[in-house]
Amino acid sequence: MSTNLSKQDPTGDSQVGTTPEVTGTPSADTARRRIGSTLVRNGLLMLLAFVGIALLLETLSPFRVSQLGVMAYYLPAIAGLTVLTGLNGQISLGHGALMAVGGYTTAVLLERQEGLPFLLVLLISAVVAGVVGLVVGAAAARLHGPYLAGATLALAVGLPGLALKFDEFLGGDQGLRVSPPRAPDGIESFYESLMGDNLSGQRYLAYYGWIIALVVLLLLSNLVNSRYGRHWRAVRDDEVAAELAGIDLGRMRVQAFVVSAVCAGVGGSLLAVVTRLIAPTSVTIVLSFGLLTAIVIGGLGSLLGAVIGAAVLVFMQQIITDTGLDAGLDASQAANIAPLVYGVLLIVVMLAAPRGLVGTVRMAWSTRAAARRAGA
Amino acid sequence: MLEISDLVTAYGPVKALDGVSMTVPAGKITAVLGANGAGKTSLLRTVSGLVRSRSGQVRLEGRDITRAPVEEMVRLGMAHVPEGRGVIAELTVEENLRLGGLFRKDKDAVAQIEHTYELFPALGERRKRAAHTLSGGERQQLVVGRALLARPKVLLLDEPSLGLAPMVVNQIFGLVRDLVDRTGLAVLLVEQNAKSALSIADTGIVLSLGKVVATDDAKVLAADEQLRHAYLGF
Repeated sequence: MSTNLSKQDPTGDSQVGTTPEVTGTPSADTARRRIGSTLVRNGLLMLLAFVGIALLLETLSPFRVSQLGVMAYYLPAIAGLTVLTGLNGQISLGHGALMAVGGYTTAVLLERQEGLPFLLVLLISAVVAGVVGLVVGAAAARLHGPYLAGATLALAVGLPGLALKFDEFLGGDQGLRVSPPRAPDGIESFYESLMGDNLSGQRYLAYYGWIIALVVLLLLSNLVNSRYGRHWRAVRDDEVAAELAGIDLGRMRVQAFVVSAVCAGVGGSLLAVVTRLIAPTSVTIVLSFGLLTAIVIGGLGSLLGAVIGAAVLVFMQQIITDTGLDAGLDASQAANIAPLVYGVLLIVVMLAAPRGLVGTVRMAWSTRAAARRAGA
Repeated sequence: MLEISDLVTAYGPVKALDGVSMTVPAGKITAVLGANGAGKTSLLRTVSGLVRSRSGQVRLEGRDITRAPVEEMVRLGMAHVPEGRGVIAELTVEENLRLGGLFRKDKDAVAQIEHTYELFPALGERRKRAAHTLSGGERQQLVVGRALLARPKVLLLDEPSLGLAPMVVNQIFGLVRDLVDRTGLAVLLVEQNAKSALSIADTGIVLSLGKVVATDDAKVLAADEQLRHAYLGF
């Protein structure tokens, strides 16, 4: 997964490293492009990733499986945010709130409209989050840097408060319980005949979440390599040049925001289902900061970085807390170490590797390739 | 082709353009010269809509485009190459060029990218490289090439010689001259490098503190000793 995803990666740096010499006539070039059609290549990649995930889900302990389930709901939101911030240059501290929109929509629909297919519920949640994203994005398109951060921060702080205001409908402090979908009989019996074992609800949800997350990644990777991705990067890099090339800056910003919000909505919907609960406490400002931390650590604008960032976010929390408990701290002290370590990690990354993990590795790789060329 | 009349642009209380009028005919290069702060860049930015004028009019082929949105300009046939080489640093050379023809639906755009590589062989060699790896001269070639991909009727060039070696300047100017003669493009060139600009321009216009102080044939201007000393510094 890693090598190919990084080739697909939208940040321009990859071009320096992966194509040392420009070769070939234009016709050979187009022919190669046709064979390596982005959609087909990414599709195969995702299939491969799915096989890898399936192997993990089948061999790991139930606890690890539940962690992978958590990672699956972070992933779409983080991937959407890295596209928005890394490729379009808009910062958002409000993606936790957009996840809340997706999560609450899912919870309300599953509770009030029994029998709705879950996939439809997911789509509706994504659309609702997209609509909220459209409104926020329209305002955000006029704001820059710290102002944009401030406006989206207000969203992150304010929106979960709605659940308290409309507590009859949205469950107030307690939140809404979500009865997660059960595997359809066909899939269940297929799984049983294949594995000779029952498909546990938790494992089914992890599969479910990962399939959705991979589909989101697939769609995003195609999008960022398309005309849209190119226009978004143009807007980020040089507003004047983009505008003079005929790009409507505002429209591109809103577009990117909506796409990103839809991804957050998908993440939120999965969150509600995987954790079986959506409450103000599950979509706090800390969640928004966590998402942002993940994209910075992974590498801004890189989808592979989003995967790494999500893994760091999910697994490090538990590792740190466990280490704390082993060292003799009580539970609440141990739980508070994680944010501290995130903060320190963030500072270290900014100082030592401001391009994030993916960007730094790629840069080192292309520097070495260049040195080898110069030596040869 | 392009008619500018009584254009006034101000930043707060400061008037950058104070009633500027000129015509930029097709098939000719019109050079606008002047010292720092004369209003040269403001002129181009106002014409392409990046800055809104306070009063006055800009007409392209007789059509009033004074209030047209910036992103519409390129569709109307005007390409603006901003000062300081507006390459999109993280995109590759080829992606930058594709931005230039982005609103064109025809298949020709691809063929024309190849043609751009013929015009600027240095770009062809680096088509897959990120634009931030290009040298200054290559970047200038890239932005000019990108602007031409829109098949403009009017090309606005802002200080293309800035920071470039004289040889590269001559090469780019020669290319523009050739293009104008071949295609009937109208060029509005803004330059501090008055000598080079006048050597390829048809008409020269001298701006000072937002006002036109001289308009004449480029050769006449270049030979006018007093004007040269007063405004052009050579």
